[in-house]
Amino acid sequence: MLNVENLKVFHGLIEAVHGINLVVPKGQCVALLGPNGAGKTSTILGITGVARSTGVISFDERPITEMSTEARIKEGISVSPEGRRVFANLTVEDNLVLGGALKPEGKSERIAYWYKTFPILGERRDQMAGTLSGGEQQMLSIARALMNDPEILLLDEPSLGLAPKIVSQIFEMIQSLRDEKRTILLVEQNATQALRLSDYAYFLNNGRIVAKGRPDELGGREDLMAKLTGIT
Amino acid sequence: MEYVVQQIMNALAFGAEYALLALGLAIVFSIMGLVNFAHGEMIAVGGYTMVAASALALQNPFVIIVAAIGVAMVASVTLERVAFRPVRYADPTTGLLTAFGVSMILQNLFLLFVSPRPIAVTSLYFLEWSIELGSLRISSLQLFETITTLIVIVILMFFLKHTLLGLAMRAASLDFEMVRLSGVRANRVFAIAFMISGFLAGIACVFIMARRGSVDPHLGFDPVLKAFVACVVGGFGSLPGAVLGGFLLGAVEVAMLVMLPQSLGGLTDAFVFGIIAILLIWRPDGILAPRTEKGDKQ
Repeated sequence: MLNVENLKVFHGLIEAVHGINLVVPKGQCVALLGPNGAGKTSTILGITGVARSTGVISFDERPITEMSTEARIKEGISVSPEGRRVFANLTVEDNLVLGGALKPEGKSERIAYWYKTFPILGERRDQMAGTLSGGEQQMLSIARALMNDPEILLLDEPSLGLAPKIVSQIFEMIQSLRDEKRTILLVEQNATQALRLSDYAYFLNNGRIVAKGRPDELGGREDLMAKLTGIT
Repeated sequence: MEYVVQQIMNALAFGAEYALLALGLAIVFSIMGLVNFAHGEMIAVGGYTMVAASALALQNPFVIIVAAIGVAMVASVTLERVAFRPVRYADPTTGLLTAFGVSMILQNLFLLFVSPRPIAVTSLYFLEWSIELGSLRISSLQLFETITTLIVIVILMFFLKHTLLGLAMRAASLDFEMVRLSGVRANRVFAIAFMISGFLAGIACVFIMARRGSVDPHLGFDPVLKAFVACVVGGFGSLPGAVLGGFLLGAVEVAMLVMLPQSLGGLTDAFVFGIIAILLIWRPDGILAPRTEKGDKQ
């Protein structure tokens, strides 16, 4: 479904990702792992067109490399970005409404669905999103990303900075998305959890893919895990 | 008593004009960080449209008003497309200089191709008559201006709260990139912002022209300077702040006009700005400045 070839991502003049290849097949959850500063988020920014990139990105066999960010989203890519980035000055409900900008039909059903999945969001629907806790904001960010009913969901560090209890709640939710056969690219530092959820994983370090494979193969690689946690 | 009511009407009418223009500045500023000093030229564009409409023997004042507002909107959107889009993501200073440049170019175009002298537009005089309520005499124009402004503010609030583009504009003031990541086209948000800004300038233009009865190349300069001050007082980037700042400025101005003795009449503006300076010492970011996030939670 999503095919990335020789992707290089730039921040100004600095090259953060040095030509990676990556495939996310339809209906699978692919994890992109790696330590801080490995280029995981840069990869996401390259795929969404926010950061300048070279290489070929194709989506459903169509090249999207030349497209603007908005056009890529319209193709069916959706993102819950690093740091959640909910619209703090909008209510919870308005966040969801705006998240569904491209799919007006069935919007209210989807909003109702999210209030059922995350009752706390329903309770706080008229509250400004900036007043939510970190975990609630993360739920809102994921729900917002799914409001456009995307073909693929890019999840950037959904567990970042959250309490362990909330983290397991978020991962449970990702598991249920996987059960629905949604296509997901999951960026995580929390390798153990991410590997448990994914069908395939890439390990990124210093802007290059240093390992890839099925979770059971990668999970046993002590050297990779050591790099991730910084314990050597 | 009559005197007090009349002065209150004066203050409201002044304030309404400033609020309209300040809103136009604030809307553009909130989403792109641009202080659009070419905003005043949209008022002049509206004024010259009225001249052109009269020259074309269009007598119906309704047509003239709609034409002036429409042309101001088109001009504003065109400016965005031609002048501001290339500097959209540039440094704020670049945007500011661009706005000054656009403003000067337009003023000089008016000077060269129209006339440096004021041109009379008489077709809006019908808006001005006195309404007598018992012993009270109120100017109809002031009443229209205040009411129109209030209606426009209500419509704008509705648009910003209950339409998708309105939500996108409010969200864009905090995180434009995330709005694009939700699939809303940036160009549309910018175009709408400038269109609304032009619409507000057009409405202000109608009342300014009805009061002054003539247009000259520098018509927009003074009003926009005042609107800029209103924005600063209210808190730049805040829309409620722009409205509050506009009405507050109107009130302070009228209060100074009324209270200062004749001999100090020429110093009205100095006193007005003095009061504003004190206000800014009390609240340096303006009264309703948007809260800046200081934590790491985004």
